[in-house]
Amino acid sequence: MPQYFSRSANSFARFTILGAVCVLVAVCWLGYLIVRSPYEMMQNVPREQPVPFSHEHHVGGLGIDCRYCHTTVEKSSFANIPATKICMNCHSQMWATSPMLEPVRESYRTGKSIEWTRVNDLPEFVYFDHSIHVNHGVGCATCHGRVDKMPLTWQAAPLTMEWCLNCHRHPERYVRPRDQVFSMDYTPPPNQIALGKRLVSEYHIQSLTSCSTCHR
Amino acid sequence: MRIFSAVAMFSLLLFLAGCRQDMHDQPKYKPLGESRFFADGRDARPIPPGTIARDELNDNDSFHTGAANGEFLDAIPLKVDLNLLHRGQERFNIFCSPCHGRTGDGNGMVAQRGVKIPADFHTDRLRSVPPGYIYQVIKNGYGAMGDYGDQIPVNDRWAIVAYVKALQLSRDATLNDVPTARRAQLSGGNQPPLLGAPR
Repeated sequence: MPQYFSRSANSFARFTILGAVCVLVAVCWLGYLIVRSPYEMMQNVPREQPVPFSHEHHVGGLGIDCRYCHTTVEKSSFANIPATKICMNCHSQMWATSPMLEPVRESYRTGKSIEWTRVNDLPEFVYFDHSIHVNHGVGCATCHGRVDKMPLTWQAAPLTMEWCLNCHRHPERYVRPRDQVFSMDYTPPPNQIALGKRLVSEYHIQSLTSCSTCHR
Repeated sequence: MRIFSAVAMFSLLLFLAGCRQDMHDQPKYKPLGESRFFADGRDARPIPPGTIARDELNDNDSFHTGAANGEFLDAIPLKVDLNLLHRGQERFNIFCSPCHGRTGDGNGMVAQRGVKIPADFHTDRLRSVPPGYIYQVIKNGYGAMGDYGDQIPVNDRWAIVAYVKALQLSRDATLNDVPTARRAQLSGGNQPPLLGAPR
């Protein structure tokens, strides 16, 4: 009976087994990369909003402090989306007939909320608290990026758990003096690690990495 | 063998059933979120009248109104020290400076862009107003200025009042108002000289 397969077919068979394993690993790896990609995280994607609100104009151009609108950021887990009344402090007089601001005026007239699209959306099994971060030297821009340069708001950070843990493991790389927390153009000094270590002990910052810190 | 691979394929498919976002999007209320239960679609409920937040007992006393017996308070009902002034400076720069400017002369960025130009703090009329008057302007608004009672809690309002008074003093101060120990700083001691100060 003639041989159907040459001797090299043995090696070929072995390679295909190896190849199948490789392909399987590659597919899983690819899926992992896609799930965590900026695309899937919607990072750097400006969201459409009922009113095209520009942080660039209000923060960068006019120099309005974050806390003028996000009033509860220093004492609450939630940074607060400003009430329509806060918009109207100025916009009852400025651009008071602009069609772009009609949803704001309508909300003020009727008491109906403006339905903003959430930009930084954490999964709901994560319990994040703004106040503790802001009061311990984590700058707004550290997580939210240069909001003063965003004509429409986008999510600047990946918001993966790995990204959170990166800072929770090494807070000294990111903390800044408390009086610089709300500054948009703060740049870390060349001796950031030394400064960071000093601030970490001064502000009693703990490197909290247990699961229940964020997942409760 | 056939049966084995069929079972394997099927159990792999079971993994797909796990690809849901139930844990991500839980049926619970988050601040200022959406509700399908309440008619107005909001999960944040309006505060029932008469509700008192913790630490915010407003028993209509002079501390909360800035006035007593029909007269504005003539003194700040808090201990005025450097801490209070620093707090006031910070809060003034957040909430007031957009229109009033950092020095209180009324040329803040927002005022320059088109809201009604606010009054200059450094006029005889406003230098002579009692602290209680400034307090109630913050709380209730004045003219084109909306009220800031919702944005600024009571203690911070008084801190701002103290800082506004300090701003007014600073414009009007003479060398005699500066403690002797600090005068060296004005003429180029430890700090760079102030603008216009003699070298």
